[in-house]
Amino acid sequence: MLTVVIFLPLVVAGGLAVVPGLGDRVVVGVWIAASAADLLLTAVMWLGYGGGIGYEARARWIPSLGAGYHVGVDGLSLPLIAMTALLFLVCAVYSSGRTERVRQYAALFLALQTVCTGLFAALDLLLFFVFFDLSIVGMYFVIVGWGHGDRARSALRFFLYTFLGSLALLLGFIGLYLGGGARTFDMVDLTRDPPFADAQGVSGLVLLAVGVGLAIKTPTVPFHTWLPPAHTDAPAAGSAVLAGVMLKMGAYGLARIAMPMLPGAWQRHAWAVVVVGVVSVLYGALVALAQENVKRLVAYTSINHMGYVVLALGAAGLTAGDVQARRLAVSGAVTQMVSHGLITGALFLITGVLWDRARSYDLGRFGGIAAVAPVLTGLTAVAAFASLGLPGLSGFIAEFQILAGVVGVGLPGSVIAGVLSVCGILITAALLLRMLHRVFLGGPGELTPRVLDVRPRELAAIAPLLALSAAVGVAPRWLLDLVEPAAAAIVSLVSR
Amino acid sequence: MRDDPLDLLPELFLLGGAVLGLLACAFLPRGRGRPVAWICALGLAGGLAAASVAAAGPGGTVFASYALDPLTHVTRVAVAAATLVVVVLAAGGTAGGRSGGAGGRRLEAEVHVLLLLAALGTIVMAGAEDLLVFVAAYLLASVPGYALAGLGEDSAGTEAALKYYLMGAFLGVLTLTGVTLLYGLAGTTAYGGLGGRLPSAPSAAVACALVTLLAGVLFKAGGVPGHFWVPDVTEGAPAAVAAFVTTVPKIGAFAALFRMAGGFFTASTADWRLLLALVSVATMTLGNLAAFFQDNVRRLLAYSTISQAGYLLLPVVVAGRGDLAEPALLFYLGAYAVTNLGAFAVVVAVGGDRLRDHTGLAGRSPWLACALAVCLLGLVGTPPTAVFFGKLTAFAAAWSGGYAWLAVVAAANTVASVFYYLRWIVPVFRPGETVVAAPPGDAVPSEGAASPGVAVPREGVPSPGGVAARKGLARGAVAVACVAAAASVALGLASGVALTLGGP
Repeated sequence: MLTVVIFLPLVVAGGLAVVPGLGDRVVVGVWIAASAADLLLTAVMWLGYGGGIGYEARARWIPSLGAGYHVGVDGLSLPLIAMTALLFLVCAVYSSGRTERVRQYAALFLALQTVCTGLFAALDLLLFFVFFDLSIVGMYFVIVGWGHGDRARSALRFFLYTFLGSLALLLGFIGLYLGGGARTFDMVDLTRDPPFADAQGVSGLVLLAVGVGLAIKTPTVPFHTWLPPAHTDAPAAGSAVLAGVMLKMGAYGLARIAMPMLPGAWQRHAWAVVVVGVVSVLYGALVALAQENVKRLVAYTSINHMGYVVLALGAAGLTAGDVQARRLAVSGAVTQMVSHGLITGALFLITGVLWDRARSYDLGRFGGIAAVAPVLTGLTAVAAFASLGLPGLSGFIAEFQILAGVVGVGLPGSVIAGVLSVCGILITAALLLRMLHRVFLGGPGELTPRVLDVRPRELAAIAPLLALSAAVGVAPRWLLDLVEPAAAAIVSLVSR
Repeated sequence: MRDDPLDLLPELFLLGGAVLGLLACAFLPRGRGRPVAWICALGLAGGLAAASVAAAGPGGTVFASYALDPLTHVTRVAVAAATLVVVVLAAGGTAGGRSGGAGGRRLEAEVHVLLLLAALGTIVMAGAEDLLVFVAAYLLASVPGYALAGLGEDSAGTEAALKYYLMGAFLGVLTLTGVTLLYGLAGTTAYGGLGGRLPSAPSAAVACALVTLLAGVLFKAGGVPGHFWVPDVTEGAPAAVAAFVTTVPKIGAFAALFRMAGGFFTASTADWRLLLALVSVATMTLGNLAAFFQDNVRRLLAYSTISQAGYLLLPVVVAGRGDLAEPALLFYLGAYAVTNLGAFAVVVAVGGDRLRDHTGLAGRSPWLACALAVCLLGLVGTPPTAVFFGKLTAFAAAWSGGYAWLAVVAAANTVASVFYYLRWIVPVFRPGETVVAAPPGDAVPSEGAASPGVAVPREGVPSPGGVAARKGLARGAVAVACVAAAASVALGLASGVALTLGGP
């Protein structure tokens, strides 16, 4: 069943590419139907999930290299898979009108959906890497084909930078493969029997390779420079997928691969991870504060929000601290990944609406939109409040858990890290409120007359994301029941 | 001792095809060479079939100087299949009278015969277990190549042939010197005997001999410092020939080098692994750097093949250490051959050499554009294409053989190589004739529409290549490109099977 969920979009994409003479409306219909079917199947999987590794499937692939087709879901990957399915569906709905070359666009997005879902489901390093690399290629074509502004340059930078990361990751994987006694790429086997148990120096280098590869994707400071231009010049749906889904690949890889497979090295270098996390939080927030471009601003808040995830994962490696608090931090990190996917997806689609109307992202040229587009203003307000961590929305649940966990670890350094990160929340609040104030309130700006209120398809795309964010914020148990056992498992694995 | 001629059936098929083809050439009128192509293709197909059957048979040494092992089997299959593809490409050029030659010149029927002879020499190079056989094979593989390079009969072709010949003759003489030295030191030219006697020979002399021996091998492999001919031949020779000389001799050269390394390099006290590692670094780095700003797709591909030769040296560096090196090399060779041929097939199909001739190819032929994207991304090493798995196993082999730093350098070079492959892919997917890809809602003038990234450099005098490109695409070559791209992906996905078959 999981295999069907992964490859259904790809099959549909192949069909769209091959079958001649489809009208645009048919293509969009097929696209939305396929994404909806995938979401439905994912929901069924969620309901039927019973703990441990669910829906596991194994097949021989490259036995001589110890690599196989091995997929499965657990409390860490299932929420992300569900978030991926939802985000791709809303992108399909959002893009249903006024997209040029819609057939190729739909095929590309469906293929990307397979790639993203497959990455979160992969339980084999080589399979993970295949999907990781293909996600870069797919997103490159989205940016270069349907972006705006200086898209060729941004896309090239995105490709080169993340490809560098993927090769560092590949070297790390080869290290894990050669370091394990069993010569295998299987994640479950490598997790059970971590490689380099007695070679500290090498394991540190392998962690560095894997860590750099994933940090570029996440992205954390100082590996973030590809992100703002890529986001700014990508089409809105592309940005939503890039920020909502693909940034999670890095953090997910840290939790799925780096922590359980290199526990000793992770513990030794946990403070470095914590520092990187804190710096990302503060730097992302401060740079976002200085932006005059709405989309760049949202892109920098992504760096800030992913910084919390990295901070929490680093804190999980502080074995001297309290176990309960570390579990809380990891649980918060997973929640943050889901929450950030929903909120940033919504924010990027909103900036897409602005671009669609006014062809500009310039904060200074808007103003008083609330008067002409009340629904858009309402949506943006909810998204912004969710992003800054207002109680009652998902951002609060996630960030509260992370900060409580990090501070609760009880070491002086972690308390300092927690306090500094709270400052990050304050800055984020300031910059989002400032953005709301300048764009939506106050006197009318130069481009404000062009801004019409949201169209039904835009509303249908943005509203579900925010509704789900509110659902997580008000009643988080249904999500946390799934995430907490996985978080506890990660903490116990990294504490070995 | 085994000396059953049937053990050499694949080689005999190629030889027979070449001889029959040559006879047919003598009796057919000029310009009606189609039957020669058929004869040669049949010879190759027969050789391919015989090689596939022989691969399942018993291994061992025949005629005391020729090895039957996975190295030979894979080389036979890969060379025969690759040459078959080139014959199809070249025959398309002969029939249609365009796009096969450098200036749209027709290729005469002899081209097929020469291709077959060069392929035969390449196979024997890989199978040779005696330096004298190797030298003979080297000459057989090289001399037809010189003639092939000059087939264009224009100044570029002449320059290519001359450079190719001078480099080949010079480095070939160096190799002969190495062979002579080794014979003097060890009293034998058989790999096995050399392995036994070199340890007791003076190490400085052995080192000299090995270095000079390498010269010719690196010439065939297109590695530094024997690489100078590659860009000129690739640019000056007919496109199908360019596809041949950058693909097929490499297969034989690397197989031969691997056999020598495992056979008697290991017996010398010289640090040949470090030497080859440095050659590998120089080759991949130089190839990548030189490819960066090429505006001619053939030169770009030529430098890309040089950098690929650098990666291909990785498993050779660790020959004899661990069980990954041989499958890594063989798989990478096969993957490289199919992917590189696919890219050259696109060049043949388009008929234009400049990057701008490829602008908007996606609009004219989406399938060809997709095939090009798959092949180029494959050469980068994007999964799930075959070259990725080749690179993966090569990196793993190097690392497990104690050359982790070499794998890191190769990975860094791979990132650099993305840049110039993308320089080719991007214009292909741009709209061709229109200047700006204006989205429907783009009526509002904005910085977005006027950015330099969107504007297509279409102004200027229409190039002859561009005119040819607009006339249409060579159908046979399009099919070849699509098949090669599909095969590259299929070989990657089925790499489990391939590695099991090709492994020891």
